[in-house]
Order: sequence, then C-alpha cells, then structure tokens
Amino acid sequence: MPSRVEFREDRCKGCLLCTEVCPTGIIQQSSRFNQKGYKVVEITAEMMSECKGCAFCAMMCPDFVINVFKSESEKGGAA
Amino acid sequence: MTQELRVTNYPQVLTDRPTHYCPGCHHGTAHRLVAEALTDLGLVENTILVGSIGCSVFIYNYLSLDAIESPHGRAPAVATGIKRARPDKIVFTYQGDGDLASIGMAEIMHCANRGENITTIFVNNTVYGMTGGQMAPTTLVGQKTTTSPSGRSQEDTGSAIRMTEIIASLGGVAYAERVAVNTIKNIKKAQKAVRKAFEYQVKGLGFSFVEVLATCPTNWHMTPLAANKRIETEMIPYFPLGTYKDVLAKEEK
Ligand SMILES: Cc1ncc(C[n+]2csc(CCOP(=O)(O)OP(=O)(O)O)c2C)c(N)n1
Ligand code: SF4
Ligand code: SF4
Ligand code: SF4
Repeated sequence: MPSRVEFREDRCKGCLLCTEVCPTGIIQQSSRFNQKGYKVVEITAEMMSECKGCAFCAMMCPDFVINVFKSESEKGGAA
Repeated sequence: MTQELRVTNYPQVLTDRPTHYCPGCHHGTAHRLVAEALTDLGLVENTILVGSIGCSVFIYNYLSLDAIESPHGRAPAVATGIKRARPDKIVFTYQGDGDLASIGMAEIMHCANRGENITTIFVNNTVYGMTGGQMAPTTLVGQKTTTSPSGRSQEDTGSAIRMTEIIASLGGVAYAERVAVNTIKNIKKAQKAVRKAFEYQVKGLGFSFVEVLATCPTNWHMTPLAANKRIETEMIPYFPLGTYKDVLAKEEK
C-alpha cells in the first residue's frame, strides 16, 4: 500500500495552498462545503495511489489540516 | 502485513484548536514554526511567550505555553522585564509589523540594541491586518491600503522600512534573519532560522530576530494563492531573504 493523506475536513479553509505544492498535483477542490462554509479540498480514491508521501501539502497548510501516512515497506522513499 | 507510519508529526505544544485566521493567512504557519523549534530544542516547558496586539493577539490559545499579553508595541519591553527577572526562562515575543515597526518601534530598537537575551518573531504582512488593512511602515510604495487608497506615496510617507537590516546593525544583536513561508524551500529555511534564533538565546548570545514575510489575503484583497505569489513577486525583491547578522557565522564556517 502506497502513501495516503487524510484531511481534517472540518479544519480546512479551502485556501488551496496545498494544491500548488503537491508534486503530483492530486489535491483538488471538492464540491463539498464544511460546517464553517469553506469549500474543502480532496484527493479522489483513484488519485491517492499517486501520493508520494512527501508531506509538502502538510508543510504548506496554515491550518494543520493534513496528515500523511506511509506504509512501512516504503520507508526508503522521499523524505 | 504492512504497517503504516505517520509522516506528519505536529508538536503537542500546538493546541488542537481551529485558528481564527483567514484562509491562507501565514500566521498559522509561523505559529507552527515556533512550535516545532521549541519542541525540537526541548524548550516547551521552560518558555514564556509574550503576545502582542494584532491578528495574532490570541496566539496563547494556539501555543500551549506560559504567556503574557503585552500592550500594543510593548512586547520587547515586557519580555525584557520577564527575562531579567527570570533569566533561566526562554522568552520570546511574537509581533506583527504594525505592532513592531510602528507603535512599538522604540521598544524593539532599544531592546535589540541593549542585547536583551530574548527572541523576537516578527511577522511582516505589510499592513495592519486586525484593524482592517491600514498602511504600515512596511507597506510597499504603491501598495493600496485603506489609508493609502491610491497607493503608498513615497513623497508623503517614505518607503517601506526594512526592519531586519536595521536590527542587524545594532550592537546587542546575535542573530537577525529574514525568511518566507511561501514555498517548501523557504519553509525549510524558515524552520532552521527560528530554531537557530532560540538556540542563540539558550547560549546566551544576545538578541535574536527572525522576520517572516507573510500574507494577509484579506486586506490585500487577493485570493490566498495570489497573495502567496505576491510574496515572491513583490515582497522578496524589496525585502531580500537571508542572514543579516550571525555572531557565530565565522566559527561555524
Ligand atoms: C494602543 C493601541 N493603539 C491602537 C490599537 C489598534 N490596533 C489593534 S491591532 C493594530 C495593528 C496590528 O497590525 P500588525 O501588527 O501588522 O498585525 P496583523 O494584524 O497584521 O497581524 C492596531 C493599530 C490598539 N489595539 N492599541
Ligand atoms: S504527501 Fe506529497 S504527493 Fe501526497 S498529497 Fe501531499 S504533497 Fe501530494
Ligand atoms: S492548505 Fe490546508 S486549509 Fe488550505 S485548502 Fe489545503 S488543506 Fe485546506
Ligand atoms: S486579516 Fe490578514 S493577518 Fe489577520 S487573520 Fe486575516 S489574513 Fe491573517
């Protein structure tokens, strides 16, 4: 299983800063609004397999929305 | 069986609360840099935060540290008192550009010049964010704000003050650096700079200062993405990034 990203949707402010730093460009604006009225981002199930686990998105997010997970066998990949 | 590892590791000192900042505002990122540095250096339990007036006035809700709120611009004076009374504590101020470079100009200059052994994190977003985007001393010439509706006029109001350069010129300063958080590369450099600033305080070397170029999408009337770009296209050319003072630089290289 490759890398995986979780968004805490209730915290997302829809700023889209994460979308521009993702080297694979898999983060997109969704059509959903959260309780605060922000249009949240998402990675579709099909796109998730392209995630490199680089965590650039999390580093860029000003709202600590993003958690990135890597499977153990992938440890040698991008830091 | 494959086991999953979590790559992201948010410091505990960063509280689990949604911030009140606007979408894309860099204050949140700057808070995280401080949280990471204090955690990496093992300083969390021993640090006193001196908050200032501006959008970051509630920083004590987001960093789980002992904290004191100071009157507008006076954070360096308050921090001076705390540090002199408790030299065993790590003391830092977190200030915006309206707070630090306008109403608080005297306090920061003398604090730096005296070489108080504290750290200042200076978040420069070129406007008074909290009060609705008035012109600050750091507003760029030509920049439109609510109090410079046709753009800042150099003739009437001078040009943007470059604080890090001025601070670096003062005798008591151990470390002065300007960073940005608009790209991954710059965030990595900013992480190192904030960490270094606190390390210098631990070593008792004198005043340490990190200016963070930051967005205020709301008062710039820009989308967060456009505001983030403005850091690269307009701010960095006028406010160059880099180390302006480092008393240990020669020994290190
Ligand atoms: C003595 C005093 N004068 C004026 C104000 C009004 N005031 C509140 S915040 C602020 C400016 C804050 O701007 P900045 O430091 O750039 O922080 P930002 O909100 O942009 O993060 C001013 C003038 C005040 N609170 N107290
Ligand atoms: S971890 Fe890297 S590749 Fe995966 S979504 Fe985030 S930025 Fe994109
Ligand atoms: S950077 Fe954070 S807050 Fe902004 S859109 Fe991405 S996940 Fe949401
Ligand atoms: S007004 Fe500006 S500085 Fe204040 S929270 Fe909003 S974007 Fe950030």
